[in-house]
Amino acid sequence: MKFGVVVFPGSNCDRDMYDALKHDMGQEVEMLWHKDKDLSHFTTDDCIILPGGFSYGDYLRCGAIARFSPMMQSVIEFANAGGKVFGVCNGFQILCESHLLPGALLRNGHQQFVCKNVLIQNPAGEIFKVPVAHGEGRYYADEKTLDSLEANGQVIFYYCDEKGKRTADANPNGATRHIAGICNANRNVFGMMPHPERATSSVLGNTDGRAIIRELLMSTQLVS
Amino acid sequence: MTYTVEIKVMPLKELLDPQGKAVMGGLANLGLGGVEDVRIGKNITLQVNAGSPEQAKQIAEEASRKLLTNPVMEYFEVSVN
Repeated sequence: MKFGVVVFPGSNCDRDMYDALKHDMGQEVEMLWHKDKDLSHFTTDDCIILPGGFSYGDYLRCGAIARFSPMMQSVIEFANAGGKVFGVCNGFQILCESHLLPGALLRNGHQQFVCKNVLIQNPAGEIFKVPVAHGEGRYYADEKTLDSLEANGQVIFYYCDEKGKRTADANPNGATRHIAGICNANRNVFGMMPHPERATSSVLGNTDGRAIIRELLMSTQLVS
Repeated sequence: MTYTVEIKVMPLKELLDPQGKAVMGGLANLGLGGVEDVRIGKNITLQVNAGSPEQAKQIAEEASRKLLTNPVMEYFEVSVN
């Protein structure tokens, strides 16, 4: 299995993602330029990552213009063929704008950019500490979509406190139903606002991100 | 001929608009009474070459649906001048 990290103009977490995968997790990684289209050297066992940042300056809406870049057309085909696609922060916004994931990410409810560690919980009940850094991370979808996401187990992370309780205080942006990350119905496209790639190095004091990347994307793979 | 098409884009009425809320606070500090709510959207102007105003409107509506707006969070109104 190998990883491809797409670089858009304005991406700023692409190198972090590369470094986390390559050096902290010992994986094969390749950078992919947004103007290229060729994904023929990737198979559906591989994973394409849309990193955080401010693609195309967040003009119009976050992720709206990245959706139409040449590489995204190939990424959409790759996802529809069953390949794994993972979007973090701006990558999550791009996946929603591309209709690979339902809903949208709105401006934080408290009007401020938020940059801090938060706690998130997966459906298995595991709690992870991961940094968030965003101004527009308030997940929103209509009630019907939210109901179906929850009924199908497509919410992959909720914001929570130390005890796993979903409280307003533990929710950094006002996301509906405290949603931090979701996947599609086929479970091959994942998006989350927190940054697991910023929590993979023991030198930096937090390696919770390794477990997140391993469990979501490499469940049958061994990590060094 | 070329038509000027205006597209008004607004956040959906049921959604919280944090930008409007912040400006509301500013207006209150200004001491202006009477303003009960502020919502902020955007205005997009297109120059559209089309055979008729209806066609220009149609093109602008398609652009709005496919790129300029996101129906999950916004609604739009198109007018041809």
